[in-house]
Amino acid sequence: MTLTRDEVRHVAMLARLGLEPGEEDFYAEQLSAILAHIDRLREVDTDAIEPTAQVVQVGSRLREDLPEPSLPQERALTNAPETKDGFFVVKAIQESEP
Amino acid sequence: MKRRELSAVELLEDCLGVIEREEPRIHAFVRLSEELARAQAEEADRRFSGDGQVGPLTGIPVAIKDVLCVENVETTAGSQILRGFRPPYESTAVARLRAQGAVFLGMTNCDEFAMGSSTENSGYFPTRNPHDPSRVPGGSSGGSAAAVAAGEAVFGLGTDTGGSIRQPAALCGVVGMKPTYGRVSRYGLIAFASSLDQIGPFTRMVGDAALVLQAIAGWDRRDATSVDRPVDMLSSLERGVEGLRLGLPREYFEAEGMEPGVRAAVERAVLTLERAGAELVDVRLPHTDYGLAAYYIIAPAEASSNLARFDGVRYGARAESAGNLLETYLQTRRGGFGPEVRRRIMLGTYALSAGYYDAYYLKAQKVRTLIAQDFERAFESCDAIVSATSPVVAFPIGAKVADPLAMYVCDVLTLGGNLAALPGVSIPCGTSEGLPVGLQVLAPQWADGMALRVARAYEAASNGS
Amino acid sequence: MIGMEVHAQLSTRSKMFCGCTTDYIGAPPNSTVCEVCLGMPGVLPVANARAVEQVVRTALALECEISRHTKFDRKNYFYPDLPKGYQISQYDMPMARSGRLSLGDREIRITRVHLEEDTGRLLHAGDALETASESLVDLNRSGMPLMEIVSEPDLRSAEEARDYAVELRGILRAVGASEADMEKGQLRAEANVSVRPRGSQELGVKTELKNINSFRALYRAVAYEIERQVRELEGGGRVVQETRGWSESEQRTFSQRSKEFAQDYRYFPEPDLPPLELRPDWVAQLRASLPELPGELRGRLAEQYALSKFDVEQLSQESATARLFEQTVAAGAPPKQAANWIIGNAPTLDAQRLAELIGLVVAGTINREQGVRVLEEAQASGRAPGEVVREQGLAQVSDEAQLGLVVEQVIAENPRAAADFRSGKQQALGALLARVKEATGGSANMRLAAQLLRHRLIQ
Ligand SMILES: [Mg+2]
Ligand SMILES: [Zn+2]
Repeated sequence: MTLTRDEVRHVAMLARLGLEPGEEDFYAEQLSAILAHIDRLREVDTDAIEPTAQVVQVGSRLREDLPEPSLPQERALTNAPETKDGFFVVKAIQESEP
Repeated sequence: MKRRELSAVELLEDCLGVIEREEPRIHAFVRLSEELARAQAEEADRRFSGDGQVGPLTGIPVAIKDVLCVENVETTAGSQILRGFRPPYESTAVARLRAQGAVFLGMTNCDEFAMGSSTENSGYFPTRNPHDPSRVPGGSSGGSAAAVAAGEAVFGLGTDTGGSIRQPAALCGVVGMKPTYGRVSRYGLIAFASSLDQIGPFTRMVGDAALVLQAIAGWDRRDATSVDRPVDMLSSLERGVEGLRLGLPREYFEAEGMEPGVRAAVERAVLTLERAGAELVDVRLPHTDYGLAAYYIIAPAEASSNLARFDGVRYGARAESAGNLLETYLQTRRGGFGPEVRRRIMLGTYALSAGYYDAYYLKAQKVRTLIAQDFERAFESCDAIVSATSPVVAFPIGAKVADPLAMYVCDVLTLGGNLAALPGVSIPCGTSEGLPVGLQVLAPQWADGMALRVARAYEAASNGS
Repeated sequence: MIGMEVHAQLSTRSKMFCGCTTDYIGAPPNSTVCEVCLGMPGVLPVANARAVEQVVRTALALECEISRHTKFDRKNYFYPDLPKGYQISQYDMPMARSGRLSLGDREIRITRVHLEEDTGRLLHAGDALETASESLVDLNRSGMPLMEIVSEPDLRSAEEARDYAVELRGILRAVGASEADMEKGQLRAEANVSVRPRGSQELGVKTELKNINSFRALYRAVAYEIERQVRELEGGGRVVQETRGWSESEQRTFSQRSKEFAQDYRYFPEPDLPPLELRPDWVAQLRASLPELPGELRGRLAEQYALSKFDVEQLSQESATARLFEQTVAAGAPPKQAANWIIGNAPTLDAQRLAELIGLVVAGTINREQGVRVLEEAQASGRAPGEVVREQGLAQVSDEAQLGLVVEQVIAENPRAAADFRSGKQQALGALLARVKEATGGSANMRLAAQLLRHRLIQ
C-alpha cells in the first residue's frame, strides 16, 4: 500500500501533527516503504484466528468504590504552561476545525 | 556492602566519581539527582546502623530510565515535549525501590518515548557505547545499559516494548531482563505501547537481576494488567541446566541480517550450556517472519493514542506563537516530538483510521495470536528458548538513522517475546569484532525464574563462578 | 422519528477510573482531580466495580440482554476537556443490548447501554464559544462515571421524547444508578430527529440535538426541530445531517457542526484494562435484587388501591411520594383520601401523622379547610394533628342543636336566597352555606349544615 499526499495530510490532521513544507512527500515515501514491509501480513491466513489485544489473561480487575484524596489544586496545576484562577488556559476554539 | 565493608555514602561517591569520569565520553544520563541520592545514601546508612529495615537493595545506586516517573524529579521520556515535567506521583517500580532504600543517581537517556533501538532518537543527545564511544549502546534503554556497563551505577531500570532492555544489554555487554507482561506494574511508566511495555533490570550479574526483579515485581492495585502471582525469582536460580531442554528456533538462527560473528558466539554459548547438562532440541517458530510487521502496527497504533495527551494544555511544552487551539495542537506536537516519534504516530494513526483498521490493526492482532501460539507450541518440547539477542553488534552512530526499516530489524529476535508476553533475559556471551554479543533466554509466561536460571547457569559455566 | 442518546452520571462515591471524589459540584476548579483523571504521563485506569454494577442494574431494569463478555475501548479525539486525547468508552461489545422501555402501551426499543467516562468542562470567560480568545479548562468532572443509553428511533413526537426521558429518569432513580438531575448535568439527553412523508418507509436525514438542559427544553427543541424539518422539506429544500444546539434564550435550534467532516474516532480495545466478564450468576443476583420499577409501581397502585390514572401518575413520579402514600394507607387512611391529600398538599408529615389527620377529616371532627390549617400547623410545629386540633379548639361544629340555631338565623337574614331555593334554584343553597360557614368562623360541619338547611327550607 502506498500513501498519497492527501492521506498523509489527513492522517497528520487526525494526529494533530503540524506538517512543514515538503513533509507530505517525505512521509508519503517513508510510510509507504514501511507499509511495503508490513503488507507481508496479507500472506498469512487469519480467517479462523481470533485477534489478541492482550496476551496475558488476568480476569476482570475492578476496584472498590472508595474515594481517595485528590491532588491539591496547586499540585494539579504546577506543570501547566498557563493557568488562571485555578483553571488551565487554552487558546480560542474555532468551530471550523475538522 | 551487606558485610558493611563499604557505607552507602562511600558507594555513592564511588559511582559519582565514575560518572564524573565517564559521562563526558558516554552521556548515559540526561540528568543527575545528586542531592536526592546523597540524602538517600545517608538514610541508607542510618538504616544499616540499626535504624530501620535493610534489604538487598538498601544503599545501592540505581540509574533510572527517563520514562519512569520519579516524584518531583524531572521526568521527560527523552522528549523535549516533556521538558521540565515534574510528576506529582511516582511509578510503582520506582516507589518499591525507594521503599527498599535504593539510591537514585538520576534519569538515563533513551530514545524519545522509548521508540528506537540505538538511543540516537533522544530529544537531548545520543548516548555512546562504553565499549566503543563511536558506536551506539542500543536502545531504547541505552542510557541505563551504558551506565551499568561503565560502572556508573550498580544497577539500572529500563523498559522493554520490543527489545529495549535486552538489545542494549546485549550491545553493552550487561545482563538485562524483560519480565513476563503483567509481572511488574506499569503504573507511572510513560507508555509507549501499553500491551507490550514491561519494566526490568540491568545488572552485571544474573543474581542481581533476580534481586531487583524480586523487589519491583508483584501485583499493584493501580495497574489492572498487573498480575497477582507469587514472585520467587531466587529459589531456583542456582539449580543449573542439568536435565533442562533448551529450544533452538531455526528461524532465529537464520534471521535476516544475522552477523556471522554473532551467530558463532551464540553457538559457542549453546555448546557451553549443553556441556553443562542441557538437552538441545530444535523448535519451530513459523510466524517469525511476520513478527516485525505485526509489531510495527500494534506498537505505533497504541502509541498514537498514548501520545495524544501531549497537547500542551496541562503540562509540558506548548507552542506559544499559535493563535488558536488547533494551531496550538499542531505546532506543539510538531515541535515537541522528534522525527521518529512523529513517524510512528503517523503510522499508528493510519493503521487505526477508518478503512484501514481491519487491513492493518486487526490483521496484526490476529498475527499476534499466531505468534503467541507458535511459542506455546515450542514450549511443549522445551523449558526455555535460546538465541542471539540482537543479530548485530553495536553499530556506528548514524549508521542506520536514515533507514527506519534497517533500525527496526534490530528487534527481530526480541519483539516476539513482547508480542507473546514472555520473560526474556539477555546475558553477555563473548564478543564479535571485539564487541559484546548477547545470548537471549526466553521462557514461558510466568517462568521468569526459569529464564534467570538458564542465564545464571550459562554465566556460571562460562566464567566458572 | 426520534432516537435518544441519554448520558447519565452514575451515583458512585469515587470516579470511574481513579479514587477522586464524585462530589465536584461547587468545588474550586481542578480540585477534585488526580494524576489519573488529569491524564498525566504513565498513569493507568482501574475500573470502578460499583459503576459496573449500576450499569448492569439499569440494563436489567430496561430488560436488556447483558453481555457475558464485554470490554473497554478508546475513542480517540482531541479536545481540551478530554485530558488523555481519548475517552475510555465501549464500542463493539457494550455491557448490554436489546432492551425496551414502556411508555403507556408503546414500547421503545433500547439499542445498547454502555459505560464510559465523562469529560471535563470548558468555560469561555464572558464571551461566546465562537468569539472568546481563550477558554478555561476545569477537569473536576473528568473521569466521572457515565452511562450511555441509546434507543432505536421509535419515538414519534416531542411529547414522547420528553416522556421517554422522564420515564428513564424514574428508572435510574428507582434502581439507584443515578440522581439523574438534568439541571445538574447528571442526565443529558440528545435527540436524533428525522422526518419522512407519511407512509414512506425510507428514513429521513437526521439531525442531532444537543445542549438540552431540562425536560421542557427537550420537548421544545424536538418540537421546533420537527417543524423546521417539515418546513424545509415542504419548501422544496433538504435537511442536512448535522449537530444542532438548542438555544434556550431564542427557543430555537441552530447549526453547530456539519457532519461533512465526519469524525474518525479510531476506536480500538483499551490495552490498559482487561476485558470484563459479567458472570451470569452475579447478573442473576442483581436481577433478583432489583427494586420495584416505576411501571410496576404504577400498575400495582392502580390495581391495589383502585386509583385513577391521574392519581397514579402523580404518586409514582417520585419513589418517596409513592412510599408515603402506601404507608399512609397502611396507617389507616382510605386510599382515595390519602392520594388527594398527598397530591394536593405535598405534606412533609410522616405517614402515621398524615393518616391521623386524614382520619380527623374523614370522621368529621374537622372539615377539609381546617384540615389544611392543621396540616400546616403540625408541619411547622412538629406536633401531632390531634394535638393541634385540641389546642386550637378547631373541632368543627357538628352539634345539631347548635348548628340548627345558626341555620335558622341565616335563613331569617337571607330571605331572598331562601325563596330562590324554595322556587327550585339549587344554586341558592351554596350562598346560604357560605353564610353558615361565615357565621361559625369556618368551623361548621358543612355536610350537616347542608342537611339542616335543606330540611328547614323544605319544611
Ligand atoms: Mg458517549
Ligand atoms: Zn482522579
